[in-house]
Order: sequence, then C-alpha cells, then structure tokens
Amino acid sequence: MEVEVNPGLLEGLVKSEPPPAHVPMGFFTDSTLCIGCKACEVACKQWNGLPADGMEWTGQSYDNTRQLSATTWRHVTFTEQALPQGGVRWLFNSDVCKHCTEAPCRQACPTGAIIRNEFDNVYVQQDICNGCGYCVAACPFGVLARSEADGTAHKCTLCYDRQKDGIEPACAKACPTDSIVFGPVEQLRRQARQRLDEVRAKGQPQAYLYGAEDAGEYKRLNAFFLLTEEPAAYNLPEAPYLPSASMRRKYMWSAAVGLGLSLLSAVILREPT
Amino acid sequence: MPSLSATFGRGAATTFQEDLQSSDCILIMGSNMAEAHPVGFRFVVKAREKGAKVFHVDPHFSRTSACATNYVPIRTGTDIVFLGGIINQVLQQERWFKEYVLPYTNAATIINDQYVDAEDNGGVFSGFDPETKLYELDKAHWHYAGEPTPSAAVVPPEAKAQAWNQTSAAVKRGTPGRDFTLQHPNCVLNILRRHYARYTPEMVANTCGCTQEQFLEVAEQMMLNSGRERTGAIVYAVGWTQHTTGVQIIRAAAILQLLLGNAGRPGGGVMAMRGHASIQGSTDIPTLYNLLPGYIPQPAKSRQCNTLADYLEQEKVERGYWVNLPKFVVSLLKAWYGDAATQENDWGFSWVPRITEDHSQLPTFVKMAEGKVRGLFLMGQNPAAGAPNARLNREALRQLDWLVVRDFFLLESATFWKDGPDRPDPATIGTEIFFLPAAAGAEKPGTLTNTQRLIQWHDKAMDPPGDCRSDLWFIWNLGRHLKSLYAGSAEPRDGGLLNLTWNYAHDQPEVLPDGSVSRLQDEPDTEKVLREINGYRISDGSQLKAFDEITDDGSTACGCWIYTGVYPEEGCNRSRDRIAVPGRHVNPDWAFAWPANRRMMYNRASADPDGNPWSERKRYVWWDGEQKRWTGLDVPDFPLDKPPDYRAAPGATGMDFIDGDSPFFMHSDGKGWLFAPGGIKDGPLPTHYEPVESPASNPLYEQRSNPTASIPEVPLNPIAPPADPDYPLVATTYRLTEHYLSGGMSRFDSWLNELQPAMFVEISPELASERGVQHGDWVVVSSPRSAIEARAMVTPRMHSLRVEGRTVHQVGIPIHFGYAGEVTGGQANELIPIIIDANVSMHEGKAFTCQVRKGRLSQPSDTPSVPVASRPQQEPMPDTPTQAQPEGRSA
Repeated sequence: MEVEVNPGLLEGLVKSEPPPAHVPMGFFTDSTLCIGCKACEVACKQWNGLPADGMEWTGQSYDNTRQLSATTWRHVTFTEQALPQGGVRWLFNSDVCKHCTEAPCRQACPTGAIIRNEFDNVYVQQDICNGCGYCVAACPFGVLARSEADGTAHKCTLCYDRQKDGIEPACAKACPTDSIVFGPVEQLRRQARQRLDEVRAKGQPQAYLYGAEDAGEYKRLNAFFLLTEEPAAYNLPEAPYLPSASMRRKYMWSAAVGLGLSLLSAVILREPT
Repeated sequence: MPSLSATFGRGAATTFQEDLQSSDCILIMGSNMAEAHPVGFRFVVKAREKGAKVFHVDPHFSRTSACATNYVPIRTGTDIVFLGGIINQVLQQERWFKEYVLPYTNAATIINDQYVDAEDNGGVFSGFDPETKLYELDKAHWHYAGEPTPSAAVVPPEAKAQAWNQTSAAVKRGTPGRDFTLQHPNCVLNILRRHYARYTPEMVANTCGCTQEQFLEVAEQMMLNSGRERTGAIVYAVGWTQHTTGVQIIRAAAILQLLLGNAGRPGGGVMAMRGHASIQGSTDIPTLYNLLPGYIPQPAKSRQCNTLADYLEQEKVERGYWVNLPKFVVSLLKAWYGDAATQENDWGFSWVPRITEDHSQLPTFVKMAEGKVRGLFLMGQNPAAGAPNARLNREALRQLDWLVVRDFFLLESATFWKDGPDRPDPATIGTEIFFLPAAAGAEKPGTLTNTQRLIQWHDKAMDPPGDCRSDLWFIWNLGRHLKSLYAGSAEPRDGGLLNLTWNYAHDQPEVLPDGSVSRLQDEPDTEKVLREINGYRISDGSQLKAFDEITDDGSTACGCWIYTGVYPEEGCNRSRDRIAVPGRHVNPDWAFAWPANRRMMYNRASADPDGNPWSERKRYVWWDGEQKRWTGLDVPDFPLDKPPDYRAAPGATGMDFIDGDSPFFMHSDGKGWLFAPGGIKDGPLPTHYEPVESPASNPLYEQRSNPTASIPEVPLNPIAPPADPDYPLVATTYRLTEHYLSGGMSRFDSWLNELQPAMFVEISPELASERGVQHGDWVVVSSPRSAIEARAMVTPRMHSLRVEGRTVHQVGIPIHFGYAGEVTGGQANELIPIIIDANVSMHEGKAFTCQVRKGRLSQPSDTPSVPVASRPQQEPMPDTPTQAQPEGRSA
C-alpha cells in the first residue's frame, strides 16, 4: 500500500544552510544614563508577547520585577544607598542576558537547542529545547529560566526577529536616554571605553566596564555595562563562574582520585589478613 | 498659566524641551521630570553630560533627584522662600544682567505711590478687601504711575484663568515713567529689593529645612550661569501649580529668569511641564469655562456686554499685539456660525453663552454635592478617585440625575454607586449612569498639543474594537442629535446650537493604513476640524497662512487664532510633518508650534538691544543689518522688519507702539513684568504664605496663608488648623513613572501593574522609628477628610527636616491608586482638601497635613474589580505565520 506523504510535512526536516554570519551585535548598557523608567521592561514584554508575572509588591525599593525570568528579559535594578557623608544615592541599571561570547548555557545544552545565531547572539531554539534545565544551572547570571507554561527555557533573544528586519531591539528603541545602546559589538566596546573616560573625568573615578573584556576564565560579554558601584550592588556576580573552564581540572582530579582508590583497593586486597 | 502671561505675555512654556540641552544650569523644582516626563528628561541628561549643573529641589528624593547633579530637600510649600532667597542674592550681590534687565523688563518703571507692599502691611498688599477676601483689581492699587483706573478691562472675579488681553490691559498708556538710574524709590527694581530683603539664607534654611550651604550653592550656580555667555533654565510642573500660592511660585521663577536675563534665550526660559497629554491644547482651545479659543475672554453676565461693540470696548487694548482682538473674535464667530453670522446680527455674538458664576471644577463639585447640578459628562476624567477630596466628589456624583462616563474601563467614576471606601448602598443612589467605551490613541486620528505648544498629528492605525468610539465621534454625533431635536425652534437662545457649523462628515469613506475601508461609517473627518481651527477665507475657502491674515470684516473664519499656520494650504497639514535634521535641535519641520511655528517664544531677547547675539555661544535670533530683517535658527518672535533702533512716535498705537528693543510685545508696554501691575489676583509680587494646612508658622507675616484662598465650608471638607497636634506631619503627593494619574489609563494594564502593583507611602527612617513602623508594614494615613491604608516604604530618600528649630517629618504619597481596576489601593485624593486658589481655581494637593499610624483600616481595601488578565491574551497574532509569532507566546 502506498502512503501519500504531504510534501509540506517534510520541509521542517530538511536542514537548511545557516544564514551567512553578520558582524557580532550586542548591547552596551550605561547605568549612569539610566533614569529607572522601566520602559525597556515594558517594550520587551510588549514586543515579545510576554505575560505579566504577578502583582506582588516586594518593598525592594521600586523594583517589583525582582529578577530575570522566562517571562522577564529586561530587569531594572534599584539600589538605594545612604551615603556616609549624609544624603542618599539611588542607582539604576537595566540588566539583560549577557550574550556571553563563551556561553555556559550553550555548553551545557545537551540537545543543541542553544545556538549562536548569525548575529553572534546566544539564542534558544524553542522547538528543540527539551526542558532539561541544565542551562538554568549553568548560567552564572541567573538569566535563563524554565517556563511554567511550556517547560522549556526562555531568555532574551536580542530581538532576533527585529534584527533580521534591520531594526534595533525593542528595549534599546524605547530607552529615552540612550542608556541602552545596540550596535556592532566592536564599535560598542570603543564607544564604552570612550564613555568610561568621560565618566571618570567628570568625577566618578570608580566607574568601570563590566564584561567588556575577558575577566579571568570568563570571556567577555556581548552585552556589557558601565557601572559605578561594585557588581553586587547591581545583582551581578563579582567573578562569573564558567563551569567548563574547570572541567579539565575536575576530570583530572576525578581520574586521579579514581586511580588512587583503585591502587589503594588493590593494595588492601593483596594483603590478606 | 496667568503667572507666565503676567510676566512674559503668553501663558505657556517659554521654551521647548529639546533646548534644555543648550542649558548650562537647570533648576528642576515642583517637577518630578524623570518620572513624569521621562522622554523629555533625555535633554536634561544631555545637558548634564555636557557639563551643566542639574539641581532638583523637592520634598522627596525621586528618580529625578537621583539623576540630578545636586539634590536639595525642602519642606513642601516653601518654594517662594527658596526662589525669593535666590532673587535676594541676585539683587544684593548686584548680579542681575543689567544690559538685559533695563531695556527688556519693567525694572525701571515707576509704580504709583498708593502702592503698599505686603512687607509693610502685615502680609497683604494694598487693595485687599477683607469682606470679599479679594483684591480690588478695579482700583489702581498696583498700577504704573500715571495709569488710569482700569474700570472696564478688569477680569470679573468669577472668571478664573485670565484671558491674556485682560492682563495686558492693566497698562493702558504704555509710556509709564521710567527711571533708568534706578534712584526713584518706587521704581520696580527698588520695590523688588525691599520686598525680598528679608529672604536671607538663614531665613531660607530655617523655613525650607535645607541647609544654607545647599541653598547658596543653587543660588551661586544660577548666578554664574547667566549673562552674555551662559544661561540657565527652570523646569516646573504641577508640584508648583497645586498650591494656593502656585501662580505666585511660578511668578517667582519667571522674575528670577528675567533678572538673570534667561528668558527668550537658548538654554534659558521657564519650561512648564504640563500634567496631562494635550493639556496645553485643552487651554488653547479651551475646555475652560471662561475662555474662548486663543485666550480670548468668554463674555460674562456681570459685565453687561450685550453687543459685540460693548464687549470689544471692555476688552480693548490699545497697545501691543492685542489691538487685533476684534479680528480674532469676529473670525471665531464666523467659524462657529458660518453664513448665519452677519454684520447685522453682530456676527452672532448674542449666541455665545455668558458665564454667570465660577463654573470651574472644584466649586462645581461642591455645588453638585449640594444637589445643584443635574447631569454630567465625564470624558477622560475620574473625579471619584482623581480629584481632591474624592469622598466629596463621590458624594457629589451620587446627587446627579444622570452621568455619562466615556473611558477605557469601568473606573472609579463609573462604579462609585456600588464600590468605594464609603461602601455605598446602591438602592439609595438615583444616578443613572451611561458608560460608553472610548477608543484609544491609536484607534483615532487627531492632534495632541504638548507641553511646548507643539501640535503633533497622529494617524489612526486601526478601527477601535466593538462599540469603542473616539471622543470626537461622540461630540459630533451628540451635536447632530441635539441639532435635529431643536430643529425648527424659534427661541433666540437656540440660535447658537442651530446655526453652529457642524459639517465634519467624511467626503469619502475613511481608509485605514492597511488600505481597507473603516467599518465605522459615522466617524467625523478630524482634518476638517483642524482646517477650521487654522482658519480660511470665506470667499474661496482657501486656508489662512498666518494670523496676520485674519480680518474683522467677516471675510475670514478662524477657530483659534494662535493655531493659524498649522494647516496653511489645501492638503498641507503641518502638524503631520516629521523632518528632523540630524545634529540640529531646532527643527521647524517637525510638527507645528504655535504661535507661527516659533519654538522659543520672546526670542528677540536672545539678541542684545542692538540686535546682535549676546555672544557667539548663545546665538539664536538676531537682526540682519544687510537684509534689514530678523533672522536666526528659529522663527523670530518679533515683527520681522522692525529694526532694533525703532522708537515709537508719540501717540502710536498697536504694534507701532512697540519699540525695537521690546521683546515682550504681547504686553502693552512691550516689557517683561518683574512687577505685575495686572493679571494676577493675589498680589503683584510673589510673597511667602504657608500652605493652608501646615505645621509651621509664617516667618514673615501675621497673615499666615494666602488671604485670597477660599475654602468651601461643607461638612465633608474639614481643614486641620495651623500646627494641629493631631495632624503633625507634612504630606505631599507625586507620580510614579509606572502609572498615569488616578490609573484610568494604566491600572488595567498588567504590564504596568506588575511594575507598581500596590499603594505605598514613603516615610523617613526617623518617622518610622517614632511610629514603630517597619519597612513593608501596613500603615494608615489619615487627614481630617478621611483615611487610607498603604504599605510603608521606609527609605532614606525621605528626609526629615529641621524647620524653625524642630523636626518636621514629610510623608510622600503616590497618587495612582483607587478601588477599580486590576490593582487597587488607597487613593491619595481621599486625604486632600478642597482649597481653592483665587487665580485659577487650583487646589492644594501638594501640601497638607496628615497623621501616620501602624496598622490597617477596620474595613479592608477592596479587591480588584478587574481580574488579572496576564497580558497579552494568548491568541496568535492574526495574519502572521507561526515562525513570526512573538517569541514569548509560549513562555
């Protein structure tokens, strides 16, 4: 008996050529220009069709978003500091997926759902993700989360769809003060260094770039920040942890311990009592 | 904004937000700009990044304070002390901009010798009538020496928000005595010196609660950033207006800007940040009861103006631009009544309704609560939550026979008959309520006139869903129904309705941007309305290009003279233009700014008296000696061919009277008014009065609070006496970025609600510890009117201040919550009293007294009336392939 196959059904199974590589694109988020308006959060949710996460007042300054999640891909942090000399400081920063150049989530993904797309952005292919959650554990920034609705991992796509149409991501478009800038990463890094010099010269010598360059074992980020306080003030890790960097060392240790135990047991077993 | 018209000539922001980036120093006071106007705040940030000082002087440390270079805390309601202190420093240190002030302002003008300053009279100026609690504006108490008594052109007391010609009319002769040597004791600058002499840094610190150093730093920077090379700007919003002294606070800022030579110059000016979308538009083409379009006075019954000639005689101004008033009035009547308006019937002037009393919002609601109002239309208004003393407002609404509410959802003003903190019994309420769903911005075309007089058109993107319709649809169809109901009436009083031109139907079916034809057949053509507002010639229907083409012989029709030029020819809607030249911040082809597309008003003052730029750095508009014309980056706000050295011939009238060095030509003397001989109802100079409810005494006068403020004496509006021990805390109110007003446009939107889901009040750690309140606890905030509950946000951003040697705590209350919607909470307006200022009928919602205790109300808050929708709805986007559906749909 002949089975008639609808040709359209097979289309999805044919592996097409990946699109040609584009220059790497990313974000430079300058916290010194952020006014804490959260327009980025709303623009992101609106463009990406993300639901609201609940109506709970946290009391954590004006931050009722709490964290990045499967349904929150931009998160403005609010840090209130009473200054020792009197007065108060209020710091704002819009957090987002860092689109790491060496992304632990991608390394941890067993299905290949997490890829680097043609814009050099870290992208979760929702239809391939099996929801194992390894990426959630691997991300040192707490960016990825698994959705309650479909069980798969979600995060910022850097508005892949908008980029393909040649327009900037929704958050950068909505930002009224250009605290969020989108562009070719190399150009952004130059811009960020120049901006850092300006900010330092204008009386904030403690300012620094977070993630613009490699930091120890962790390679630089495609979404990096200009900050004026220690990373912890913005809910960012001081030294992000790259699980794969210590893998060789850990395998060696495991092997060594295993070998040691084998030898020990061999010795014990050879000497009958 | 009578303060700005009385100082400069027109009641609107003198500058535009983009120009703030040219400023060397920005003083933000009475405005939470970063939160309430975040998009415009980008230009403040730009200025700051270019090195400008940005000061935020405010009772509470907001996101604006966080983004400023300096923050100065002050007690709410003491702004005139702070500004008066700066004025005193400027005068004491002789750092006023002499070359600007002497020719461009009335500094040298001599005031008549009957004038008695509040400083010499226990806190009231001469002319105060304690019986009526009003100043006798019809007597020349504050007038220029030698001026006649202004018997006719004085504003009737029932009219709030003065028409501009009436302000200008305070100076009739226009050639007052001047003493440029400033020796005369009654010349304005010397009056100013005496008036502010007591506003010393000690007094400022002691009254406002800031330190002397903080105050002096602001004063010093404002003075450093003035003169030929540098300019400073002042930004304010409803944090200044919502006081019984609001008009005078703004006047104080305007005086300071004149003294420093900052008005009409790039990076200078007074930037009024309006509180609502198109609120500028709603005073230009007013929803106010006492103005006709273009700031022309509505005829008042008390003025006995039966004929147009009577009216024009009463409102007559002989010098300055307002000589053109008859042209604007006749053309307005032609626009309204078309062919029915003829010279024989006085152009239909008898059909224009007369005002009979103060019909402004607050007195009207007080009357409504007494059962004296039968019906009400609410469109984009939510008085049950969004107006002061909301309880009284709800009581008022319950007295109505009928109420029409047009809005996005069933908000407080549509559900007050069953919900609310006062737990009404629906069986006892006879009000019949009609709720009509409103179309949102993208579902209707039209213009918004923003805070900087910029008229910006927006197209309709799609038809509104279901029965939602635009407000214009409602008004137009209501008018059509009324006209047919009254058809055939011979009553003279119905002539206005029957003869009203009302021909706004689409000529062709309306086409949507996607090319389809709108399913709505009875929407009017919005562009037709705009074309009428612009004005046209009766003979051939051609559009007017500029307001100097308007005539008083019935050959032109014009709906609002200041808007002329917005639609200058067939098919040319300039409010739709969107051309911005990169690198330029003055973009004449980005929409249309009234008047005459001028972005910065009074810009003649950006050139020196000889017409040259004050400096290369501050070039803006100047006299081109070769072309014999004013030119520059903007449309010059001056007769284009009037040379700087022009001097009026004796007996000149109208614009011929205005000298070549008089940038403020809307005033009949052409000068900026440091001292306001007219146009302000509570004094020619700003002077400090305490808020009506205040824990402090007035350091200057026995007269504690503004003597002209009125308090409706009704049971629901009790007022705390001065320094009431039961209400020892100072309350102030403000906005958060995440919500809008009482929530009518935000509290049904999950994306916004999740960002600020609950009502909270901000208190200092000191007050929290005094009251035993922990961060996050429930607290009850009470005033003599009512009590609300909220979560306590205990934060070092709230400052307890030292005032008169003791500690004064301030309580910060966001205004956004109510009992309807997806998120609900205690509404600030329960607490706010109705106290009415004499100038514009404004309440004092920014300064009152309250008490805070730990705990909750016995009646818990309402639960949300709208279930959480978890926006967006999960239907797929129509006509969109699966791969292109929004990423988060499954999330």
